[in-house]
Amino acid sequence: MSGFFEAVIDIFTSESTYINGALFAGFLAFAASGELVAERAGTINISVEGMLLGGAFTSAVGYHLTGSTIAAMAAGVLGGVIVAGVQAEMSHRLSADQFVVGLTLNILVFGLAGFLDNELEPDTELASRWEVPVLSDIPLLGQALFGQRWPFYLLYLLVPFTWWVLYRTRWGLELRSVGENPQSADVSGIDVNRRRRQSIYYAGLTSGLGGWFLIFGQIGLFEDSVVGGRGFIAIAAVIFGGWTLRGTIAGCVIFAGALSFRLSVQGLGYEVNSELLQSLPFIVTLAGMAVFAHRVRPPAALAQPFVRGLK
Amino acid sequence: MTEGASSQRGARLGEWLFLYGLSILAALVLSALLVESTGGAWRSVVSALIDGSLRKPARWGETLGTAAPILLVAVGTIVSGRAGLINIGQEGQLLVGAAFATYFGFLIGGPGPFNVVVILFFGVVGGALWAGVAALLKFWRNVPEVLSTLLLVTVGGQLVAYGLSQSWLLLAPLADRGNRNQVSSQLADDNRLPRPEIFGNEISFAVILAVVAAVLVSILLSRTVWGFRLRMLGRNPRAAQRSGVAQTRYGATALMLSGGFAGLAGAAMLAGGGFAFGNYQLVPGFATNIGWTGLLVALVAREKALVAIPVAFIFACLRTGSSFVGATGVEGRITDVIQGFLVLALLVPPAVMFLRDRRRSRAAATDRA
Repeated sequence: MSGFFEAVIDIFTSESTYINGALFAGFLAFAASGELVAERAGTINISVEGMLLGGAFTSAVGYHLTGSTIAAMAAGVLGGVIVAGVQAEMSHRLSADQFVVGLTLNILVFGLAGFLDNELEPDTELASRWEVPVLSDIPLLGQALFGQRWPFYLLYLLVPFTWWVLYRTRWGLELRSVGENPQSADVSGIDVNRRRRQSIYYAGLTSGLGGWFLIFGQIGLFEDSVVGGRGFIAIAAVIFGGWTLRGTIAGCVIFAGALSFRLSVQGLGYEVNSELLQSLPFIVTLAGMAVFAHRVRPPAALAQPFVRGLK
Repeated sequence: MTEGASSQRGARLGEWLFLYGLSILAALVLSALLVESTGGAWRSVVSALIDGSLRKPARWGETLGTAAPILLVAVGTIVSGRAGLINIGQEGQLLVGAAFATYFGFLIGGPGPFNVVVILFFGVVGGALWAGVAALLKFWRNVPEVLSTLLLVTVGGQLVAYGLSQSWLLLAPLADRGNRNQVSSQLADDNRLPRPEIFGNEISFAVILAVVAAVLVSILLSRTVWGFRLRMLGRNPRAAQRSGVAQTRYGATALMLSGGFAGLAGAAMLAGGGFAFGNYQLVPGFATNIGWTGLLVALVAREKALVAIPVAFIFACLRTGSSFVGATGVEGRITDVIQGFLVLALLVPPAVMFLRDRRRSRAAATDRA
C-alpha cells in the first residue's frame, strides 16, 4: 500500500503531470466555452465532437497548403463553422431534432475526415514554444501554464472574451433569455432561432480553434482518432459546471486531470492495466456528473425546439 | 368534398415524393462529386457497391446477415425513442452484450441448442445492464441519458478490451488462440445459430430473429396499453405522469429494453454472424460500427419498426458493398460518407413538411379569425 501512496506523490510532484493536464484542459476549454454558449441558448450541441474533428482536419489541410500556422488557424475555424452551419441551419431553421442532426454530423465528419485524410495525407508541424519570462519559472505550474506552444495562450483571450460576450453584452443577454424562456423572448422581439443559430456558430468557432490547437499545440499530426470522444467530455464539463463559465472551466480541469493522471502513471513506469486506465477519464466524468448533475439547474428550455405558436 | 380531399392527399403525397427524391439526389450527387474530385469514377463505385452487396455469388446472403444485427439495434432504439429517451450508446451496449454472451456461453456450456439460447439470453442481459447504468444515472442522479450512454460506449469498449486481456474473464486459453492476443475462444459448432443455405447464399438465422423482433415491437408499440403509455410518456411526460405512467419505471424499462436489443444484436453477431463478425469469437472492436449504423437506421425510419426493415437492408448493402469499393481505387470509407450524407438528406423532408403544415394551419386559423 505504501507503494500506492508513493506513486500518487510521484505523480503529483512531477512537472509533466501538470503540463499534460494543462494541455488536455486547454483543449477541453476551447470546446467547452463554445458549448456553454450554445447550451445557454438552449441547444445540447453533440456535434461539438464533429466540430473539433472538422476543425482539426481543415487546419491540418490549411497548414499543408500554406505552411503557415496562422492560415491553419483560419482554416480550422472555417472547418468548425461549416459543421456548425449544418447543425444550426438544420436544427434551428428546419427544426429537425438537434440530437439526430448532431449525431449524424459526428458520424459524417468522422467518415469524411478519415476518407479525405487517406486521400490527402496532410503534413503538419507543431507550433513553436513560447516561454513567458519569470512566470514560466514558477515551480510545478510555471511550465504548464506559461511554457506551452503559442496556440495555448489564445485561451487566455478566449475564455475572458466568452465571459464578456455571455454576461456583459446585449447579445449574450438575449442569448441566455432564449435558452430560459423562448416564448417570452419571442414576444419581446428577439428572433429565438436566429440567436440559437448564432450560438451554435460561436461553438463552431471555438471548437474549430480547439481542433487547430490540438494539432499545432499538442499532438502535431492529424489522425481520424485525434479527438476520440473528448468532445463529449467537454459537454459533460458544461453540465458538471452547472452551466456557468467558472464551473465549466473547473470541470475541464478536473476531467483533464484524469486524462493526465492516466499518462503520468504509465510515463513514470507504474504497472496498471492500460485498458482500465484509458477508461478512467470517462468514468471520472460519469462519476462527476452523477455527483453534481442533480444539484444544478439547467437552462429551462434546454434541448427544446422552438416553433412559434407551439409549446 | 371527398374528391377535393383525395386530390389534396394526392398533392401531399406528390410533395413528399418530390422532397424525398430531391434530397436523396442531392446526397448522391454530393457523394459522386467527392469521388470524382479525389480521382475516382462514380460509376465504378456504384457498380462495385452493387457487386459487393447483391450481385456477386453469396453476397446477398452476407448482406442479409449484416442487416439482421443492424435491424435489431434499430428496433431497440425505436422502443426508447418512443418513450422520449435518447439512447445513443448502442455501440457499447452491443459490445457488452456480446461480451456477456461469450462469458456465460463458455461458463455454462450446456448442450448445443440450449446453449445458443443461453448465449442470446445473456446478450440481452449484458446490453440491458449497460443501458441500465445510464437509466440509473438518469432517474436517480439526473444525468442526461444522451451524454451518459455516449460516455459508456468508450468505457464499455475499454472494459471489454480489459476482459479480453484476462484469461479468467474472456481471453482464450493459450492453446486456442495460438499467438493471437485479446481473442476469446471460438464458439463450438453446435453453439452457433444455424445458417441454412438458400440459392447458394448462407442465410443467418439472426435474420428471422430480427424481422420477428421488428414486427413484434411494432405491434407492441401500436396495439398494446403498454405501448400506448410509452408513447404518451414520449409525447407529453407531464400528462403521462398525471395519468399514472411512472416516468421512472416506464422510462427505465424502455431504456433497458433498448439496450437489451443492442445486446441481442451483439450475441446474434457472435453466434450467427460468421466471418463478417469476428468468426464466432469476441475480438476488440467487435462491434465495428453496427451499433451506430443501427441507430442511424432508427432515425431514418422515423421510429417506425416496420420501416426500419428495408432501411436496415439498404444500409447493410452500403456496408457489404464497401469491401468491394477498394478495388476501384477509391477508399472504402467513402460508404461512411455516403451514409452520412444520405441520413442528413433524409432529415430534411419531414422537417420541411412540418414547417409548411404549421404555416398553413396558422394561415387557416387567421383566415377563420
